[in-house]
Amino acid sequence: MKVLVPVKRVLDYNVKPRVKADGTGVDLANVKMSMNPFDEIAVEEAIRLKDKGVTEIVVVSIGEQKSQETLRTALAMGADRAILVLSETKVEPLGVAKILAKIVEEEQPDLVILGKQAIDDDNNQTGQMLAGLLNWGQGTFASKVEIADGSVHVTREVDGGAETDTLKLPAIITTDLRLNEPRYASLPNIMKAKSKPMATKAPADFGVDVTPRLTTLKVVEPAKRSAGIKVADVDELVGKLKTMGVAK
Amino acid sequence: MKTLVWVEHDGQVVKDATLSAVTAASKLGEVHLLVAGQGVDAVAVAAAKIAGVGKVHVADDAAFAHALAENVAPLIVELMGHHDAFVAPSTTHGKNIAPRVAALLDVMQISDILSVESDDTFTRPIYAGNAIATVQSSDAKKVITVRGTAFEKAATEGGSGEIEAVASTGDKGLSTFAGAEIAKNERPELTSAKVIVSGGRALASSDQFHALIDPLADKLGAGVGASRAAVDAGYAPNDYQVGQTGKIVAPEVYVAVGISGAIQHLAGMKDSKTIIAINKDEDAPIFQVADIGLVGDLFKIVPELTEKL
Ligand SMILES: Cc1cc2nc3c(=O)[nH]c(=O)nc-3n(C[C@H](O)[C@H](O)[C@H](O)COP(=O)(O)OP(=O)(O)OC[C@H]3O[C@@H](n4cnc5c(N)ncnc54)[C@H](O)[C@@H]3O)c2cc1C
Ligand SMILES: Cc1cc2nc3c(=O)[nH]c(=O)nc-3n(C[C@H](O)[C@H](O)[C@H](O)COP(=O)(O)OP(=O)(O)OC[C@H]3O[C@@H](n4cnc5c(N)ncnc54)[C@H](O)[C@@H]3O)c2cc1C
Repeated sequence: MKVLVPVKRVLDYNVKPRVKADGTGVDLANVKMSMNPFDEIAVEEAIRLKDKGVTEIVVVSIGEQKSQETLRTALAMGADRAILVLSETKVEPLGVAKILAKIVEEEQPDLVILGKQAIDDDNNQTGQMLAGLLNWGQGTFASKVEIADGSVHVTREVDGGAETDTLKLPAIITTDLRLNEPRYASLPNIMKAKSKPMATKAPADFGVDVTPRLTTLKVVEPAKRSAGIKVADVDELVGKLKTMGVAK
Repeated sequence: MKTLVWVEHDGQVVKDATLSAVTAASKLGEVHLLVAGQGVDAVAVAAAKIAGVGKVHVADDAAFAHALAENVAPLIVELMGHHDAFVAPSTTHGKNIAPRVAALLDVMQISDILSVESDDTFTRPIYAGNAIATVQSSDAKKVITVRGTAFEKAATEGGSGEIEAVASTGDKGLSTFAGAEIAKNERPELTSAKVIVSGGRALASSDQFHALIDPLADKLGAGVGASRAAVDAGYAPNDYQVGQTGKIVAPEVYVAVGISGAIQHLAGMKDSKTIIAINKDEDAPIFQVADIGLVGDLFKIVPELTEKL
């Protein structure tokens, strides 16, 4: 069984995003970038499925040249092979999904595991779009994945609790945070990853038009909250709650 | 513009998030609804009463019973033949369905909008709400999900929508619903609660979480939330999680107990009207957004507070 895992290079989740003064976006110059945390979980899940019949894991990233660092991280974790689709302009989820659909056609994976959302744009779209384009089943926000005969059971985090759906293979899965805890790549594996194959392509190779449909007119900081007051003790807090009408 | 809003329901009642989506849709023009499910007559009648709605399309079929995106999306695509925009609430079901619809229509979705600036321009949060982007769509049809806390709820009475049955597009045979475990919760739903008490990692066990947080919430008639750390450690069910990857809430009062205030947590609650923080570390980042802070040991403070209320 083959698994395809798309991974995105994003601002590290520990870094506080700063809006650029000219309002064109978030400043990504000289800040730490990492693999989207949900994608680390996707890679980890694919690796864990290696005991359950998965024989090859192909990772793919669509982005600038530096995205190959993210792909190397995935290879060091345990993926077998990487594809970098080089684009110096940002590609929207719809474009990403179209490129991925073409790669799926070529690679014929049984499963594509994506993150449920990228923590930069927070779109939460790509997996569902890819499933729509391929006419495959989609197990989004997965907290448990079990491969069965010709199908996969996916437990999903939904409002109010959890839901389990059974999907016919091939299928799409998007990961939620509690699916697993991703491993750190060991030093020997980081070294080994350097010699694993990485192909470089361009969106045009797939005949996909990735012209953006959305134009970002401006990006601003949200209204700031300022720190309030500190109360000295519980009595004072109770007093405040009473004036606010929250407590009687 | 003629907009189709997907109605989220539980087979009986229309979920609150739908009402916010209706308000957002009404800013684009005429609002039509889609009620898809099995045995949804009561939902259709309730939906038709929502203020300002025109047609209520009703698709009653077993294929739609569990809102599986594989079956619902083709139905919506069919109806989009005569609508200009599709709007869904940013709930887990809405987020599951809408992008599939967008891909089938060859449209780039606009996720989680905070405002409607014009027919084609919207604001939406990026980077966990640390930045707000204004985006303009060049697609002929629009596919949009709506952040519930950003729009008032439409009134549930006063409308007189016309109910119209639509043919089922059938079961696509790609997926089946195998079961669900939905927590029975007597408390107000987080996304509509007026007051929320949330507990963090500092509660240190499930027993202490419930022994301390629940009685305080009871006194305040509050919903109960949690940080991811508390959920991951098993102190609270995952449905309680507030934050970038959990629920987005904006109650009148949010009480954060033993929560440090990581940006991912703040992303879910910083639009609350009043934030109260209880934390033993006076430098905890939560105090930078709190309107009222109390520095001290929660194991002493919370029982005393509960008692004095
Ligand atoms: C010219 C231009 C300028 C833009 N400017 C901005 C801007 O200033 N600010 C802004 O916020 N947005 C901007 N965008 C939009 C932004 O680039 C896209 O929305 C974003 O690349 C994809 O959204 P997402 O990662 O949130 O998708 P999601 O749907 O949230 O991603 C889900 C999953 O899909 C997979 N995935 C997504 N993208 C990739 C990828 N590239 N490679 C491999 N796997 C992937 C991953 O597994 C990921 O976990 C701009 C777009 C264009 C075209
Ligand atoms: C991709 C990603 C997504 C995430 N999404 C979310 C999300 O949606 N929601 C979320 O909450 N987190 C999220 N997180 C996690 C987030 O980064 C933090 O790890 C988490 O919010 C911390 O939870 P906490 O505040 O309960 O724990 P901690 O950070 O450990 O804070 C505990 C606090 O309790 C205080 N304390 C300890 N003992 C006492 C005492 N006796 N009395 C009073 N105070 C005490 C401490 O001073 C400290 O401030 C996400 C992380 C990632 C990487």
